[in-house]
Order: sequence, then structure tokens, then C-alpha cells
Amino acid sequence: MVDRSYGYRLFTAVNTILLLTLSIGCVLPLVHILAVALSGKSAATANLVYLWPVDFTLEAFAKTLSNDKFSHSLFISVQRTLLGTGAFLVIAALTAYPLSKESRSFKGRGLYAWFFVFTMLFSGGLVPSYILVMRLGLNNSLWALVLPVAVEVWSIILLLNFFRNIPKELEEASLIDGAGHFTTMLRIYLPLSLPALATLSLFTMVFHWNEWFMGMIYNTNSDNYPLATLLQTIIVQQDFTKLAMNPEAVEDITNRTVKAAQIFIGAVPILLVYPFLQRFFVKGIVLGAVKE
Amino acid sequence: MEKSPAEPKIRWNLQRNWPLHFMLIPAVLLTIVFAYLPMAGAVMAFQDFKPWLGFGDSPWVGLKNFQKLFGQEDSVQVMWNTLIIAFSKIVAGLIAPFAFALMLNEVRNSLFKRSVQTLVYLPHFLSWVVLGGILIDMLSTEGGMINKLTGWLFGIEPIFFLGDGDWFRFTVVVSHVWKEFGFGTIVFLASLAGINPALYEAAVTDGANRWKQTLYITIPAMLPITIVLATLALGSILNAGFDQIFNLYNSLVYDKGDIIDTYVYRTALVNGNMGFGTAVGLFKSAIGFLLIVAAYRLAYQFANYRIF
Repeated sequence: MVDRSYGYRLFTAVNTILLLTLSIGCVLPLVHILAVALSGKSAATANLVYLWPVDFTLEAFAKTLSNDKFSHSLFISVQRTLLGTGAFLVIAALTAYPLSKESRSFKGRGLYAWFFVFTMLFSGGLVPSYILVMRLGLNNSLWALVLPVAVEVWSIILLLNFFRNIPKELEEASLIDGAGHFTTMLRIYLPLSLPALATLSLFTMVFHWNEWFMGMIYNTNSDNYPLATLLQTIIVQQDFTKLAMNPEAVEDITNRTVKAAQIFIGAVPILLVYPFLQRFFVKGIVLGAVKE
Repeated sequence: MEKSPAEPKIRWNLQRNWPLHFMLIPAVLLTIVFAYLPMAGAVMAFQDFKPWLGFGDSPWVGLKNFQKLFGQEDSVQVMWNTLIIAFSKIVAGLIAPFAFALMLNEVRNSLFKRSVQTLVYLPHFLSWVVLGGILIDMLSTEGGMINKLTGWLFGIEPIFFLGDGDWFRFTVVVSHVWKEFGFGTIVFLASLAGINPALYEAAVTDGANRWKQTLYITIPAMLPITIVLATLALGSILNAGFDQIFNLYNSLVYDKGDIIDTYVYRTALVNGNMGFGTAVGLFKSAIGFLLIVAAYRLAYQFANYRIF
């Protein structure tokens, strides 16, 4: 039943305008940075650009992409994201499957579960982890950015709750037909969990693409920086001593339009996967959170 | 059939289940190395740790690092900053999505509703490096877009958002809410979807208008999840958001904007004070652990909430 009173119609109008303003406000900063990136250098430096490019030019993007340092760290970020997501998928599937069994049929399940959950509650902190990675000699390698975060306990819990919603009869049938646990997992559980695996992979990809701190502390050589770390150094810290570049090259990457182009390119992969993410994540985060 | 059924069952269990143990090996090894070894390494908190001496030969100093933590003016200030910023974020971060979910609930046009959702969820997925870069640009006092707007609207001087301590805290809380309120509504919308429509029909029959329906049906239905979220947030009262602060702060605002995590990073990895840095981190982990356990207990008692 629709309320047609004058007051409610007034409320609807105000509500709609407010929602519209807030949601536009969420993307406005991105629009602004894109407009700056597409503007002429002088207009941008004079702060004449708001939400639409002034003196439209692609120069800033061309400059950014032709910069070796930038394209190299872009490549490292792609590698890292692929490796990180692959490692996550393998570990998550292998770990969630046994943990999804009942304690009755899998002795020791409870012990394993607490072993993993405890790491969510308590950690040794930044400094011991840093020393460990250095001692293992992982610094300046891609593995330092992948292995310490490969066991994603929270995602494993979501996945195991998803596994538990798969009818037991399927597992029983497959075991009776002579399949072992590996076959059952590969042929029954994983194919049926594709939506959950896709959601969690997308989240992992976003994490690895955005993560910059490990890239900063575990790499002593800026040639190994993933893109997020490079952006952090250039745009946020504005520390060019680490980059070992000549002054003209620094001049080139610090002008406002080029900075804006770098920021925007850093966000592009997220914008690209976002439509897929959005289709899945509402289901994804509710999955596992709600139980009968 | 005189045999006791228990013994063959256990053997059968092991025979059938060895692949399950086998599957867990990679995750167990990685967890031991990258989670449990650092926990053991936290003994550094009780040492004057020197990297070239290692754990064995660094001198033991007992609780000196912890005494320093509570005795030094700057580390005490850092703890206050953390609590103030984290608390403000939690409160604002609960109210905003609650209100937004209520507003969204009144929208009848589903296309408009979905478009709004698409836009407001987006900032959650952008990193603080990207957003930090954008904010530094937009909040600049030399012609940043925000300062131009406030100057034009209210005719005031440019505000030093990232250079003045109090404005910095304000900026941190507001930009956090801006980034997360959309994503935060998902949980509330899920609880709204679970309301039985018959309740509304009954209310309409009894003469309740939209406002009364919201007050007596919608809001009460959202309260349980709100209580759960508020309780669980207690566990993160020491997490004021390292990524965000680190990408926005500078030495001008250390007195009001420096938090435990940024302080640990600077003392240990920048200034090389490893033992003290570890002590601060360990203190945070330990308190955080107690708070999380307490929070989950409370959430379980009040709202029967369990993660698994």
C-alpha cells in the first residue's frame, strides 16, 4: 500500500535528492582526478579543472605509460596478483574441504580449526614478521608479497560454510562409487562452489592489487615495487631518493596531470572487475554469515 | 560379531581420512612459518634487540620496553589518539550505513535503488593509496577543489585539512565514513530483506503511516544486527586504520594523528628501535586479543551470533 499523503511525498522528494547527492559524491573524486589527468598542464596547475577536462589532451597518460619505471611496476603488480590469487585458490580449496567435514567423521578437525582461527585473533606484530621475511631471504622477491598472506583464514571459513551447504548425499554417492577425497573435492565440491570461488578470488585480486605496505618494507630495491607501492612513493610520500631517477624524469612524473593519470591507472583494474564483483559480493558476504 | 565396534572404526577413520590430513599440510606449514614463528619472535619485546646480534645474543631487558611505553609522553599520546580516532570511526561508521539503509528502504524504483547501490559500494574497493593521492590533491590549501568550494559557499579562508591536528582527525573520520558507509549498508539491507511483509500489512490495517512503520517495524528489525556489529567493533578499538592514516598524515599532525600502528612502523623500521617497536605491537595484539574474545562472547550471549 502506497502512502500518498503530502508529507510522505515531500519526504520522497528530499530522500531521492539526498540519495542522489550522496551516491554522486562517492564517485566525484574519481571523476575529478580523471578530468585533471585529461587536461592540459597549465590549466591543471592553475586549478581550473573541476569535473570536466580543460584543453583536452592524452599527453599525461602517454607520458605515464611510456615511463619504464611505471610500466615495470605495473607488470610486477600483474604478476603478483596472478600468483597471489592462484596461491590463495589452491590453499583455500585444500584447507576448506577437510575443515568442512564434521568432527565425527574427521578426527582432529576441531584442533585444526582452532589452529587457524587463533591466527585471526592474535599476531606477533609487524616487527617479528618483518625480521622473519628478511631472515628467510624472501626480500626483493615476489614470494614475500604472496606467501605470508596465502592462508586467508576468513575466506577459508566462508568457503567451508559454502561447502557445508552442498548436500551430503552427493559426497556419499561419490564415495560409494569409489572416489577418494581428492576426486570428490575436485569433481563435486569445487564445480558446485564456482560462485563462491569466483567471489573470493575477486576479493583476493583486489587485495593484492591494492596492497602497498608489504611491497614497501620487503623491497629494498625500488625496481621490485608493485604499482601500489610505486604510487605511494611518488604521490603520497613524494620521496624520490628511493627511486634513483634523474631530476628531469622526476620533474616529468610530478606534474599534476601526470600524477592524476598515475592515480587513475592505479584504480582502473578495480573499476574493470567491479561490475563482476558487485554481482557476486552481496551474495558472497551473506553466504557463510547466515545459517539455518 | 563379538568384536568391539570402536577399534575398527578408528582405523577405518584414519584409512579413509589420511587425504584430509594431507590436504591440510600446505596451509599448516605456511601458518606455522608466517603466523606462529612471528608470535615466538615477539620475545624481542623483552630484549634490547639488535639485528646483528639476533635473538640469542641481544641483551634481555625485562619489562623496560613496556615501562617506556607507559612512561613516554609521545607513546601515551599515541594510545589516546588511537582510541579517539577508532571510537569516532566506529560510532560514525555505524550510524551512517544505518541511516542510509533506512533511506534506501523507502525507494520504490528498483532501477534507481540498484544504481545508487552500485555507486556507493565503489569506494570500498579503492585503496588508500589511490584515495590518499586524490584527497591530498582535493584538500590542498592551494586551490584544492574542496577548499575552493567551502570558500565559495561560506566565504572562509582555506582550511588546513591535513596540516592541523583537529582538522586531521575530522578528515580521517569523514573520509573513512565516506569510503565505507555504502559497503556497510549491505548487512543492514540483508536484515531488512528478512522482514515479514505481513507485519507491514498488519500495521497499515491498524492505521500506521510510513513513519510509524519505520519506527515500530523496520528499526526494531535492524537492532539485533546493529548490536552485533557494535559489539564486534569493540574488538577493533585499537585499529584506527593504518593504511588510511599512513597515506594521509605528515609530521605536522603527529601529535593528534599518530596511531599505534604508524608509531610502531616509525620507531621500529625507520628509527631501528626494534625491541621497543615489538613491545608496542605486542601490547596492542594482546589487548586486541582479549577484546575480540570478550566481544564474541558478548555477541554470542546477547544476539546468539557465531561465526562458525
